[in-house]
Amino acid sequence: MLTINNLHARVEEKTILKGLNLEIKPGEVHAIMGPNGAGKSTMGFVLSGRDGYEVEQGGATLDGNDLLDMEPEDRARAGLFLAFQYPVEIPGVSNLEFMKAAVDASLESRGEEPMSSAAFLKKAKEACAQVNLPLAFLKRGVNEGFSGGEKKRNEIMQMILMEPKLAILDESDSGLDIDALKVVADGVNSQRSADRSFIVVTHYQRLLDYIKPDFVHVLSDGKIVKSGDASLAKELEAEGYAWLEGYDIEENSEASA
Amino acid sequence: MSEQIEQALNREYEAGFVSDIASDTFAPGLDEDVIRRISAIKDEPEWMLDWRLKAFRTWQKMEEPDWAHIGYDKIDYQAISYYSAPKSMADKPKSLDEVDPELLRTYEKLGIPLVEQQMLAGVAVDAVFDSVSVVTTFREKLAEAGVIFCPISEAIKEYPELVKKYLGRVVPQHDNYFAALNCAVFTDGSFVYIPKGTRCPMELSTYFRINELNTGQFERTLIIADEGSHVSYLEGCTAPQRDENQLHAAVVELVALDDAEIKYSTVQNWYPGDENGKGGIYNFVTKRGVCHTNAKISWTQVETGSAVTWKYPSCVLKGDNSIGEFYSVALTRGAQQADTGTKMIHLGKNTKSTIISKGISAGKSNNSYRGLVQMHSTAEDARNFTQCDSLLIGDKCGAHTFPYVESSNPTAIVEHEATTSKVSDDQMFLCQQRGMDPEKAVSMIVNGFCKEVFKELPMEFAVEAGKLLEISLEGSVG
Repeated sequence: MLTINNLHARVEEKTILKGLNLEIKPGEVHAIMGPNGAGKSTMGFVLSGRDGYEVEQGGATLDGNDLLDMEPEDRARAGLFLAFQYPVEIPGVSNLEFMKAAVDASLESRGEEPMSSAAFLKKAKEACAQVNLPLAFLKRGVNEGFSGGEKKRNEIMQMILMEPKLAILDESDSGLDIDALKVVADGVNSQRSADRSFIVVTHYQRLLDYIKPDFVHVLSDGKIVKSGDASLAKELEAEGYAWLEGYDIEENSEASA
Repeated sequence: MSEQIEQALNREYEAGFVSDIASDTFAPGLDEDVIRRISAIKDEPEWMLDWRLKAFRTWQKMEEPDWAHIGYDKIDYQAISYYSAPKSMADKPKSLDEVDPELLRTYEKLGIPLVEQQMLAGVAVDAVFDSVSVVTTFREKLAEAGVIFCPISEAIKEYPELVKKYLGRVVPQHDNYFAALNCAVFTDGSFVYIPKGTRCPMELSTYFRINELNTGQFERTLIIADEGSHVSYLEGCTAPQRDENQLHAAVVELVALDDAEIKYSTVQNWYPGDENGKGGIYNFVTKRGVCHTNAKISWTQVETGSAVTWKYPSCVLKGDNSIGEFYSVALTRGAQQADTGTKMIHLGKNTKSTIISKGISAGKSNNSYRGLVQMHSTAEDARNFTQCDSLLIGDKCGAHTFPYVESSNPTAIVEHEATTSKVSDDQMFLCQQRGMDPEKAVSMIVNGFCKEVFKELPMEFAVEAGKLLEISLEGSVG
């Protein structure tokens, strides 16, 4: 599914990813943990093709296709989904309209007919209910006036509608109370299947109580320094990140948040 | 990202073709003789010629205004031709069958079929080509309801009492430089009269097309809604793509008598010139309506064309409880300049006005909102709400706001809100990450920004306006 090979990338003049390797097979859930500034968000942005993130060396393929050579929209159409840590507002564009345009864009790129409005509305209502948002949210502007938790749930709703092959959840748990956290986790768990994979980026172990990962990786200073199964997350929770060799809190804090 | 936006904006102008139609066109130049010739061709009564000449003398004493936030080469008024008409109009056609097929094809290309059977149900059209009205559809059907919808040149002859009573009463001859010029040389335009208590059975619309080289277009529109009547009117405008600038100086007067309502919508898409500012229409327009007791006038405009736009559709809220509204989307790109807004003059008690202005600037264009809200001492408990939002695309354009508020009545309430925002890289990336290409993303973001105004447009035209915006924005992203 996804192969990341010796990936180096920088933002402006600062190199953030310094030789990242990761192999994800269909159906697997990988958790990426690590201190602030380790490059967790950068990884998601580099893979999804955000402007300003420059690849210095290495590569990444999705189902054998060179991901880094594609336009951001083509990566999305190929099945890559990024749930944003800080979802942006688009005033005046309703959630429904936005999501239909998104789903239709993928359908059209595969030469398929766009969905009928009625069929899409039905799906959207189901997804909306699944993340426990009132139906009125479909009519509201994208993230317009949403609380932090509502924005995160809205991202999961979009994920459900997009039906991606690989979903990267960038700190989808940050700022959530325990109920909202469960809603997000339930949304993700409902989408787990043999051919869909997830990268769950999180700072805290808490989310992993609800989304059980197959693998846990610790990202520090731009590369994976330790990998293990779900028990590694527990260890990190107990010991923190201070044990990481060469990790300097002062230097790295918030640099790539 | 902003480079993408640039590309999308530099798309070609779709209505830029020239129609090959034989025309009778005056040699460039303006003097009293030219005005006499226009009046003679139109077979006008003496009073009309006198009115024109008076306006011309007034205009000669006036100076071109320079207070707007626009810059353009000085207009040489002697280099413009003040009359041009398709040759086939010499013997005015009695029906569509007699209209030059090339003319009909021109309008068809613009997406405005003039053959009634093919038309949008419920929309009557007056088509004005250069200086003359080509055809007005559905006239018989409207006449059944007592509605008069005809070229103004015809109204001058057939309904002189109505024209004399109202022409120049809302926008006086000396109002401003361009209005005075229009009074002297206007050639055609639409005339509408809705009788007492009548709801006009269909949408009325006028399409203006400038075709001939070096001509100006000076149309004049007069709409009178008698007591308790209701009408919705739309105008659309296009012009061929030419290297020379062309002048368009129109005057629109609306009269809403007691309890009447007029909804006036404009989709303006004159040729904007190329990306370096070569060519394009200079659009200097005066639009004003007067509301009598309990009457309402609503202006909605979508302005995407013209090299220079100078336009302030206004309401004089003369009667008690009258309502004025102004909803505007103005999009500028390339080297376009727009200075547009409104005036709300509150004279009556309990008068209300709403102003929603959305300016979108891209390329290296300049987009200004200029508005005046005036509460006179007689305007007890009058209210105004103004919301003025600017959206910037890229970093070479400008958005400016010039709000003027004058209140002479302590019970009047005036509110003003203004915002400026950018199409952000974050918004673009969110859309792209969800699989949309950059052009779709920009057009969706901009359409969302304009939503409050689009919902005021008649349904058919809201779709048209959305598409027009999409076309105008195509290539603005890259």
